[in-house]
Amino acid sequence: MLEATPKEIIPRKALRINPAKTCQPIGAMYAALGIHRCLPHSHGSQGCASYHRMHLTRHFRDPVMASTSSFTEGASVFGGSSNLRQAIKNIFHIYNPDVVAIHTTCLSETIGDDVPSIIRSAQELIPEGKHVIHANTPSYVGSHITGFANMTVGMVRCLAKKNNADISCRINIIPGFVEPGDIREIKRLVRLLEIPGNIFPDTSDVLDSPMTGRLNFYPEGGARVETIEASGSAEATVSLGSFSSLPAALELNVRYGVEVVSLKVPIGIEATDRFVMRLLALSGRKTPPVELAKERGRLVDLMTDTCYQYQGKRVALFGDPDLVIPMTEFLLSLGMQPVYCLTGTPGRKFVEEIKRICDRRVPDLRVEAGADLFLLHQWIKNEKVDLIIGNTYGKYISKAEGIPLVRYGFPILDRIAYPYFPNVGYGGAMRLLEKISTALLDKQDAEASDEQFELVM
Amino acid sequence: MEPIKQAARVDREVGKKAVKEILSAYPAKVAKNRSTHIVVKGKNKGQKIAANTRTIPGIITNRGCCYAGCKGVVIGPIKDMVHITHGPIGCGYYSWATRRNQGMTANKKQMFLPYSFSTDMQDSDIVFGGEKKLELAVKEAYELFKPKAISISATCPVGLIGDDVQAVAGRMQKELGITVIAMNCEGYKGVSQSAGHHIANNKLFQEVIGTEDREYKNPFTINLLGEYNIGGDGWEIKRILEELGYEVVSFLTGDAGVDDIRRAHNAKLNLVQCHRSINYMAEMMKKKYGIPWLKVNFIGVNNTSRTLRDVAKFFGAQELIKRTEEVIERERKEIEPVIDTFRKGIKGRTVMLFVGGSRSHHYQDIFYELGVETVMSGYEFAHRDDYEGRRVLPEIKPDADSKNIEELNVQPDPEKYRPVDGEKIAGLQQKGVPVNDYAGLYPSLPEGALMIDDLNHYETEKLIERLKPDLFCSGIKDKYVVQKMGIPSKQLHSYDYSGPYAGFRGAVIFARDIYQAFNSPSWRYIKPPWETEPEIVATLTEKEKRGGKNAGGNPKRDNPQKSSPD
Repeated sequence: MLEATPKEIIPRKALRINPAKTCQPIGAMYAALGIHRCLPHSHGSQGCASYHRMHLTRHFRDPVMASTSSFTEGASVFGGSSNLRQAIKNIFHIYNPDVVAIHTTCLSETIGDDVPSIIRSAQELIPEGKHVIHANTPSYVGSHITGFANMTVGMVRCLAKKNNADISCRINIIPGFVEPGDIREIKRLVRLLEIPGNIFPDTSDVLDSPMTGRLNFYPEGGARVETIEASGSAEATVSLGSFSSLPAALELNVRYGVEVVSLKVPIGIEATDRFVMRLLALSGRKTPPVELAKERGRLVDLMTDTCYQYQGKRVALFGDPDLVIPMTEFLLSLGMQPVYCLTGTPGRKFVEEIKRICDRRVPDLRVEAGADLFLLHQWIKNEKVDLIIGNTYGKYISKAEGIPLVRYGFPILDRIAYPYFPNVGYGGAMRLLEKISTALLDKQDAEASDEQFELVM
Repeated sequence: MEPIKQAARVDREVGKKAVKEILSAYPAKVAKNRSTHIVVKGKNKGQKIAANTRTIPGIITNRGCCYAGCKGVVIGPIKDMVHITHGPIGCGYYSWATRRNQGMTANKKQMFLPYSFSTDMQDSDIVFGGEKKLELAVKEAYELFKPKAISISATCPVGLIGDDVQAVAGRMQKELGITVIAMNCEGYKGVSQSAGHHIANNKLFQEVIGTEDREYKNPFTINLLGEYNIGGDGWEIKRILEELGYEVVSFLTGDAGVDDIRRAHNAKLNLVQCHRSINYMAEMMKKKYGIPWLKVNFIGVNNTSRTLRDVAKFFGAQELIKRTEEVIERERKEIEPVIDTFRKGIKGRTVMLFVGGSRSHHYQDIFYELGVETVMSGYEFAHRDDYEGRRVLPEIKPDADSKNIEELNVQPDPEKYRPVDGEKIAGLQQKGVPVNDYAGLYPSLPEGALMIDDLNHYETEKLIERLKPDLFCSGIKDKYVVQKMGIPSKQLHSYDYSGPYAGFRGAVIFARDIYQAFNSPSWRYIKPPWETEPEIVATLTEKEKRGGKNAGGNPKRDNPQKSSPD
């Protein structure tokens, strides 16, 4: 496996090998699916919509609906305005969504289609009470995380309003590019802490919808348009993850003066502690409900009981910045060594943040943003690790080097149920810990000689 | 194996009514367009279907793009070639290892299938041009891997900003001394993946095929075109062919090495499995090298047997014909009892097929073998000849989109052309061996069934409601949509990660998988007990009140899942 990968690292300036990111539009499509009765629309070639739908479907194993402007060579030369107008007309006629969320592609960006003005000129095609929102998501800038952030900003720009009379929505929560199961758990935590909060985008009950024998073209879940509209009237926006959520929180701040509370995605004990403390402060309470305190207690109990299993182990961690950052922190709180931290998404912030978290606790630390899995593999070839944590694409390196892989992040294409169970919160941390420990012990069992094979571990 | 009974005809009226209902829900222009892509098979031979035309913007289509057809389908499976996608990261990322093209190389350092290579274009490349970056990427790939060949596939922005990928390939080929080919397969070209197949065919034909000669002692040399070794299909076919004494010079392109493809013109016969993606190559090799082609079908026991007999008849050696019969008999004896067992739990059901540009035809036949009737069959990116047969080719007029795809002017090679024995070909055709011809999907489609081109989401949903098939075969984008409706769905692009499905042994695996799709117990749990047995509570309460005995459920279960026999 991957025998062509040499150990010697030669710096590359042009060739990306085995990327640890993909392009903006898929992130925009995912975000848009988090609005109730919304049809994402890809303004580009058919292939973009097809690839993004395929990829999301493989990860979630649930229907992913999206339409496309079906560019041909003619449209690419003369502009996509006519295609988009036709699309808007057909979409409302045939699929009757409440919201159409248009994102661009490298094609429509390169030819310079002005989507907002096309939408303005197509008002007569948009039925009363329906919305067409948009985001610019050029594939040659940033990554799928940037696309998610841009579409979330688009929601704010196109839908949010300031309406002081609306007091039902005090706190906005932007959950970041996380799983439906994570969002459901964040909502539970917010309820437990009695915060009058509204979350968007919300893909729970959209991409993990139950089997009933009936297809809901628009599943039950998703943030309501009113929720997003009301976000401009909120007191504060809790942004989870500075790469995927902060831009929309800042947009709400600039437009409507909504306070920004920037936090990490609450993965691991420290990030969850901070999340709880900030939410407590927002709610005016001093202590969380007993239920939550007990959850934390169980996590710490597990950590203290089992730390000998994973302490000191070297980990190669890769994935999206907002997931890698809190995971690095969690690994440190377990006494592990996150020696390699890598993301495909560009951004110096990532490198700085990882270095800050690790401080001097990880002497062998290598960290890089805008990098790829080819490089990660080469790092591993030069100095081995005990564990790899990352998405499905890590399985090739895992097989090549005989190092266990804990599947974490997007996408998980080869194992089931990942989107259903949360990584966030104290419960999520317990689940991650179980996976990490199991991976290490399974390897120990598999490799143990008969006389060293242990019953109790 | 029990004889296959003629499947009952599909009720034509149900199909017609469903089509009418679908069309009435569309805006007028859409309805007019879509009506030409839908055919309800009647008694009269030869119904026309519109195909390979633009999808209307806003329609939720399954179609992909030119790049997907070129790099994703045809070029990507070549295992020892570094395939560089020139563009932003997405295209190279999505076409990375997702099509299950298996391959093996003797030198493992020359195996590139698990890799993805891209120039990962950034905004500065879009503004200032990406040629330099591409050139550097090719050099870096060469430095790192020393491959025999490198391919470059262009994505949408490349054509728009005017990067000359052909010039880069030319320069690099000269400088590095290896084969470097470039495809202008920008996603917006053509109307679907199909354009990309054609572009890939052209490039391999021009730059790779015929670049190395080899003498073969074996008189029975063949290529297998349009077989991509998904789930190991090609290997099962190869197993049978080699046992019969054929020598497979090259696959195009499953498990293909660059050197195999270079020598492909040395083969005596081209077998064409996927007509849509590779017929250009078969025709061009016929014109340039005089190699006839034969439309084969290795899906299903009967089709595999028929195909093997056709190939043997082509070569005509008595010993080969005899061996073919022996191997067919032996293989069938081995598998048919197993298939029979599965067929008992399968037959009598119906299926809708929407897959590829050749697969619906192949699979409609194997389903027929298993006693499953096709009620709808369609293609995502086929042309009229895939539906109606090559006889309609002269009728197809090029349009604005197809004109953009180069049609090569191929002439006989002055040295390598081997004259075709016209009489022999005609004789074979008379005997029903389809040399240089393909009759399309239509003839084997049951009467009354629907034939639909570029089926979209809305039509899928409506047709499932109306035709109530027991199984829907398509790809990943449809799979969970259909299953949410309580109907099992089988991916026939990726086989739901199973396979091989081709050849004799593949037919058994297919029968098993279809049996399992129909007979998974999980389908029985869709209706919760409180919906199916609401009387229980009342009965219990009543009996408890009276202190009665024998409290129990209603034996009559409302089980709407006809796909899940109890």
